[in-house]
Amino acid sequence: MDFRFTEEQELLRSAFADFAKEEIAPYAAKWDEEDYVPMGIVPKLGEMGIMGVFVPEEYGGAGLGHVERCMALEEVARYSAGLAMMVFTHHLGVAAILDYGTEEQKQKWLPGMCDGSCVCGLAVTEPGGGSDVAGLKTEAVLDGDTWTINGRKCFITNSHCAGVTVVTCKSGEDEKGRAIMTTIAIEKGTEGFAPGREENKLGLKGSFTGELVMNDVKVPVENTVGEIGKGMPITMKELGEVGRASMSAIELGILRGCLEDAVKFAKERILYGKPISKLQAIQFKIADIRCDYEAARLMTYNAAAMKDAGKVGAEFSMAKYFISEAAVRAARNLSEIMGGYGVVNEYAAGRYLRDAICCLPSCGTSEIQKMIIAGETLKKW
Amino acid sequence: MVILVLVKPVPDPEKYNEIQIDPQTKRILRQDAAAVLDPASKCALEEALRIKSEVEAASGDARCEVIALSMAPQTNRDKILECLAMGADAGYLLSDPAFGGADTYATSYVLAEGAKAILAAEELDAFDLIIAGNESADGATSHVPVQVAEWLGLPHLARVCELQIQREGAEGQEGAGGTPVIAATKKTEEMLLTFRCEEPALVAVTRDINKPRHISAMGIVKARKKPLTIWTNDDLKLDEAKIGAAGSPTKAGELMTPDLSRGGRDLTEEDGSAADAAKAILALLRKEGLGA
Repeated sequence: MDFRFTEEQELLRSAFADFAKEEIAPYAAKWDEEDYVPMGIVPKLGEMGIMGVFVPEEYGGAGLGHVERCMALEEVARYSAGLAMMVFTHHLGVAAILDYGTEEQKQKWLPGMCDGSCVCGLAVTEPGGGSDVAGLKTEAVLDGDTWTINGRKCFITNSHCAGVTVVTCKSGEDEKGRAIMTTIAIEKGTEGFAPGREENKLGLKGSFTGELVMNDVKVPVENTVGEIGKGMPITMKELGEVGRASMSAIELGILRGCLEDAVKFAKERILYGKPISKLQAIQFKIADIRCDYEAARLMTYNAAAMKDAGKVGAEFSMAKYFISEAAVRAARNLSEIMGGYGVVNEYAAGRYLRDAICCLPSCGTSEIQKMIIAGETLKKW
Repeated sequence: MVILVLVKPVPDPEKYNEIQIDPQTKRILRQDAAAVLDPASKCALEEALRIKSEVEAASGDARCEVIALSMAPQTNRDKILECLAMGADAGYLLSDPAFGGADTYATSYVLAEGAKAILAAEELDAFDLIIAGNESADGATSHVPVQVAEWLGLPHLARVCELQIQREGAEGQEGAGGTPVIAATKKTEEMLLTFRCEEPALVAVTRDINKPRHISAMGIVKARKKPLTIWTNDDLKLDEAKIGAAGSPTKAGELMTPDLSRGGRDLTEEDGSAADAAKAILALLRKEGLGA
């Protein structure tokens, strides 16, 4: 068993890290402070191959896998978890089109999504809830070759910048009255389709989160992503696999920030005539952050490698659950190591904590993950 | 057009605290040191890639091949891969324990012989241009580029901050179809000096010449298909008396850690009041030739 990345993957990580240090790190605090979404960086993310890292070369992507995709997310999230949220949600929509879209849809949308000229989105959650996908109310009615869509989505990342959004809609009911779902791609500018309120979030600033409003939106049936009526498994698969591995990678980036900042601060801060890194109380916290980071790293890349290998399992939920909680824990530990400096915005500790808390509900709360983990465990063991 | 770029792995500046020095030979144990591609090497490669894109854009038929060459331990294969991912068309790594411990003289000899071997392998008469970083982030001697040029009998110019390939017509007029001329500008303390020279030549570029491009995921994927050749001395068959430590006239003297501590003096204790201390400071500054 060998946990090392390949030479090519190490080079890729180093390339992504260099890019993040140069193009993201100097501005991340400002984006957070001003709640600014840096759309100007998206074409650069496209040039780097980050927007389409897992998309085959024939559609303009880099032709790599989800391990490499998670590397990109980790490196971006190391400095801006908010920007990483934009990229991850883009990947989520891209994955739906790649996995279930028609050849025409792939050729039409994927090249622009890879080069950064078109941001993608995936809209599931509604005011009534997100985890209860079967209870969604946004309705799509097919009349001839045209869908008519009505409804409202909320807490949607990329709500105000996506060129194409894959929307999960209720398209009917089965004989037992259960919702039949269909995923439909809606292009920006389609009449009746517009972003609504933009949320003022606690953290993950640097990405749009808001409403999408659909009033009699007419969409050609060609925009159906996957088979009509298969929206539920499509949504669950993408959220469950691409989504949870991605969230793990973003939280891993936050964890690394906590680890690096904790070590740096502890070595530089002098108390009682010596660096606080010499104090056991500080060392214990650093050890906790390091253990959380290393475990998170293994779980993230295991989930990503499972996705690449076409395997399914509760490991995606285990990673998301453990790392979500670990990132909050690590950010708190960092804040405590830094004392008063940990609560002033001149340092990143507070941002890490706010970002980590905002990651908790994305792609399912810890409780949802635990239900999935327990379900599989009780079935298998 | 074929451009050879000399590149060098150097110890990773973020891991200088991990560098080990052999107490006997007083050399860095490069085999174990975390390395990065030297920043000046990246500038050299960027310059070559810029020229390549200009040459190929100027004419649909024109081809410009960029070849990266380095002498380093085999653990630095990934640095050549990095050059290929950045856009080089081929890469060569000269790597043999016999090359180890070389000073700039022996290093430049191996690189020059490597360059000749590439010409033979690629069936080329000559490189049109050789570009190197002016000085590396570790040794910073600036010796190697010009020494390589001397071994190869080429004209050379160091500290180049601007580089152009110009075409001169028969009457000395610039034109697309004329003889290519290297126009290289170097910065001195007083002025910018531009030198013009027919190909081939070697130029050593400074880090302010450009900002090297980022390596993209697509570049890394493309690098998979590009040739990366590793040659040992079994391939080059160089005289062992001319390479490595044996071929190096430079011998390291003593290693020492300079004392950079800045001891302060509390003048208030020595002289009593703050006013007296201020006078004392003034006197000290005057003694050092500062202040009226």
